[in-house]
Amino acid sequence: MMNDYTGVLIFLIIAIGFVAIMFSVSYVLRPSKPDLKKLLPYECGNIVNEDARGLVSVKYYLIAIIFVLFDVETAFMFPWAVVFRDFGMFGLIEMAIFLLIILIGFCYAWKKGALEWD
Amino acid sequence: MALLLLILESLLIFVFILLFCVAYIILAERKILGHMQGRFGPMHTGWHGMLQPIADILKCLIKENIMPTAADKIVFILAPVMSILPAIMCLAVIPFSKNIYAADLNIGVLYLLALGSLGVYGVATCGWAGNSKYGLLGSIRSTAQLISYEVPMGLAVLGPVMMARSLNLIKIVEAQKSFWYILIQPVGFFIFVVCSAAETNRIPFDLPEAETELVAGFHVEYSGFKFVAFFLAEYMHMFVTSAMAAILFLGGWKGPFFPGPIWFMIKVYSFLVLYIWARGTFPRYRYDQLMQLGWKFLLPLSLANLVLTSIGIVIFG
Repeated sequence: MMNDYTGVLIFLIIAIGFVAIMFSVSYVLRPSKPDLKKLLPYECGNIVNEDARGLVSVKYYLIAIIFVLFDVETAFMFPWAVVFRDFGMFGLIEMAIFLLIILIGFCYAWKKGALEWD
Repeated sequence: MALLLLILESLLIFVFILLFCVAYIILAERKILGHMQGRFGPMHTGWHGMLQPIADILKCLIKENIMPTAADKIVFILAPVMSILPAIMCLAVIPFSKNIYAADLNIGVLYLLALGSLGVYGVATCGWAGNSKYGLLGSIRSTAQLISYEVPMGLAVLGPVMMARSLNLIKIVEAQKSFWYILIQPVGFFIFVVCSAAETNRIPFDLPEAETELVAGFHVEYSGFKFVAFFLAEYMHMFVTSAMAAILFLGGWKGPFFPGPIWFMIKVYSFLVLYIWARGTFPRYRYDQLMQLGWKFLLPLSLANLVLTSIGIVIFG
């Protein structure tokens, strides 16, 4: 019935319970007097003239794509890091080739200016 | 019976961290920052402001809940929950000593990194849900920052993992019996500390909150307990990254004279004080500098560190 992940499950339940209790306590205690101006999006007192959800700079998309590349790479490297000693030189060279391919892509992105912010 | 004990232990760990690593660290932060600037910090609630955290929680609980008319209601409520759930779940695998932990996972390091990055969803959705320009700007910035610094952080963590040949946190500490990994991984340690400051949105990398330009950043529309949820999540993340640094680089609970948990807490607290100290010392980075530091300096540095470490391990065994 119990295994390694029982503790994780208990902490999930504790977290949900904590949030539920605090939200309901605050629901009981807090006042609720909404009015039209109070519920406007906060803009330091300016009159809100348009929806905030507009276009996002393309820089952020580039960062997200490069991130996916490198995060998948690190995901591959975790199992490798645990066992690479058993493979000796072979494991090292194999990972070096993998890294080299990734690095070429990284240098290309750098050269193309994907990492510049101006 | 064993299950009951485990539940009790988990509850104790949670309450302990909530009180002494979150609530009183917030007070300590205000006190230390105050003294650094020649003020006293909170003084009126209790002796030298000792009851301030309780007063803060009570105050936030009785604040009105503001739900902006333009907000996406369901996402607006879910975002703080999505932010705090992974932060609390991270605590499950932290080993305070050889026997004090809630879960002993084979993939402890991966678990911490994975749940740490799940926090991005809370940040990304909360700015979008609130439909405020400040909030949206803050959350987009924050998302880009969090994912940028996650990569060098993951690579820096690989150093100790390679040397201990395990992803299990307890085994990593046990492997540091003769020496701490900071001695042979100083670069990895440096990268980890910088990245953990960025991952927890602390000064000098607190761009998502940048009070002077974005008011309060991504959680500008939030009030009452929803705001507290973001706040608690940030401090729990601080605790978790400090604990990770202590476990991976500083030998966890190992140390002379005192019992294990005390050594562990000493190491964790010195990290937390380091964060606070940095907040009192450094100015904020500019956003382009922040991204350049992450991608053009820390990432190549961590890759080089990784390659050198692996070559060293293969050569010297």
